[in-house]
Amino acid sequence: MVSAQSLRRVNFWGGAITALTVVLAIIWAFPLYWGVISSLKPEDEVVRPYIALWPETLTFQHYIHALTATQIGNWYINSVVVAVGVTVITITSSMLCGYALSQLSFPGRKLLWWVILASFMVPTQALIINHFVLVAQLNLLNTWAGIMLPQLIHPVIIIVYKQFFDQVPRDFREAAVMDNAGEFRILSKVYLPMNWGVTTALAIVTFIWTWNAFLWPFLSVTRTEMMTITVGITQVNDAFGVYYARELAAAVLAGLPVALAYLLFQRKVTEAITLSAGIKG
Amino acid sequence: MGGPFDLGGDMLINRRKDTLIAVVLVAPFLAIYLLVFIWPTMQMFGISFTDAPLIGDGNFVGVDNYARLDGDPRFRTAAWNTAYFVLLTVLPGTVVALLIALGVSRLKGRAQAAVLALFFLPYILPVSVVYLIWDWVLNFQFGISMHILDWLGVARVPITKTRDWFMPAMAVVTIWWTAGFSILLFLAGLRAIPAEIYEAAALDNASRWTVFRKITWPLLYPITSLVFTIQLISQLKIFDQVYLFSQGGRPNDNMVLVYYVFQRAFQQDQGGRAAAVAVTLFILVVAVSVLQFQLLRLSGGRR
Repeated sequence: MVSAQSLRRVNFWGGAITALTVVLAIIWAFPLYWGVISSLKPEDEVVRPYIALWPETLTFQHYIHALTATQIGNWYINSVVVAVGVTVITITSSMLCGYALSQLSFPGRKLLWWVILASFMVPTQALIINHFVLVAQLNLLNTWAGIMLPQLIHPVIIIVYKQFFDQVPRDFREAAVMDNAGEFRILSKVYLPMNWGVTTALAIVTFIWTWNAFLWPFLSVTRTEMMTITVGITQVNDAFGVYYARELAAAVLAGLPVALAYLLFQRKVTEAITLSAGIKG
Repeated sequence: MGGPFDLGGDMLINRRKDTLIAVVLVAPFLAIYLLVFIWPTMQMFGISFTDAPLIGDGNFVGVDNYARLDGDPRFRTAAWNTAYFVLLTVLPGTVVALLIALGVSRLKGRAQAAVLALFFLPYILPVSVVYLIWDWVLNFQFGISMHILDWLGVARVPITKTRDWFMPAMAVVTIWWTAGFSILLFLAGLRAIPAEIYEAAALDNASRWTVFRKITWPLLYPITSLVFTIQLISQLKIFDQVYLFSQGGRPNDNMVLVYYVFQRAFQQDQGGRAAAVAVTLFILVVAVSVLQFQLLRLSGGRR
């Protein structure tokens, strides 16, 4: 039996570990808080030699500056168009392919499946030279389509879709076939509605991945007005001097959409990210 | 697929129809895949044997570009720094994430969700935002981290501008940025361990350490190796942080493999030589992935 004393000891250490975890979580998130709070201070307050956890004068001037005097508006549009475009195309093509792999028998099915599994290993960073050549040959540098093109492949989404379609009971399919429904009808009326949850989860994380992409958008765009926001805020500086609070306000604006997407759809996001690592939810 | 009453002829027609539909369904993916995956990969291998510039053709030079890597000091720096970065991030990152996940798993319901969110939020942010925030935190004149150095009685250093501090700083920033992902996987693994096992251990009056060593660790092993290799593969491909923090600094001292590909191709217009580095990286990453797959299969067989 557990003695009262050892139980108390266990509770003490358990409580200590929990407290430590909470404290560490607050420290962990502190740089984020510090970045946000600094962006709300006037420039002269930001550079004071002591730590002020709250601004003396709360100001939105840096945000107004970012939104009116810089190209952030353009970059926002570019990021939204690219992220939505990549999400729609990737999810649609992956869903169709995952459905075929899961439900139809056709020659080359096994081979295709292995190719998709193997492409997990390919480091896309190694392909930047030839992505650049390809997009340049297609005359798509400095265009939305050019930023999107190499980002349209996420093999893992096909893998997740196949797993989910595999789990739909065969009865549904057989009933639909008896009703003489075609494959597109079966997919759109049976399989897609049954997997709506995973579809939105995958769409949200694809949006986040694309919004956050740096290397390829950085390489494929040289004109400042065509940059995505993640590239623009690090590559275009004000002509004179350094404005810390302005830079941080731009950073907050760039991070806000994905941070909101995460906070609003926390469970969907974590579900999709766990699935994409190969762990079934 | 036909029903039980199908005759042979119908079956044949169905099969052909199935194939036709499958081709239509697979076509969009396959077209993109061939264009942006297979074709560039073949091209990469191809031009690595030529002296081509970034855009345009070159002459065949055999394995020259590979042979030159051996005596290339900058390639050595890049390979060494990449290995050093992997060393500083992969194992420490895995341990940190595991410890945090063990702590977070003790919390329940909303408290757990809130604490997890604090650890996970950095992972959801773009690298540029992480860069701007940490550039500010590590700022030599006004950064909040400098107060810690003052407090410890250490002389202030411009961390991201100093050679010896650069990679360790990148490792800290990277672990801070990506730990949320590993924590999430560990939590999924911890949740999958049945509560009855812990209850039985509690009845046996097993100590906290014994429970971890005999139950949690062995049952969590598949997740641990998954987290470890996912990190290993992604840290071999490091570029963004190093590039951003080296702006206005010393990129040649901080060189990593992907950065070297970028520099050769995009700053020195040497597509062929850059491709040789890219192929090296490609083979390295594929080799690690295959090894990991084999190890996973072996440990899977043992269980």
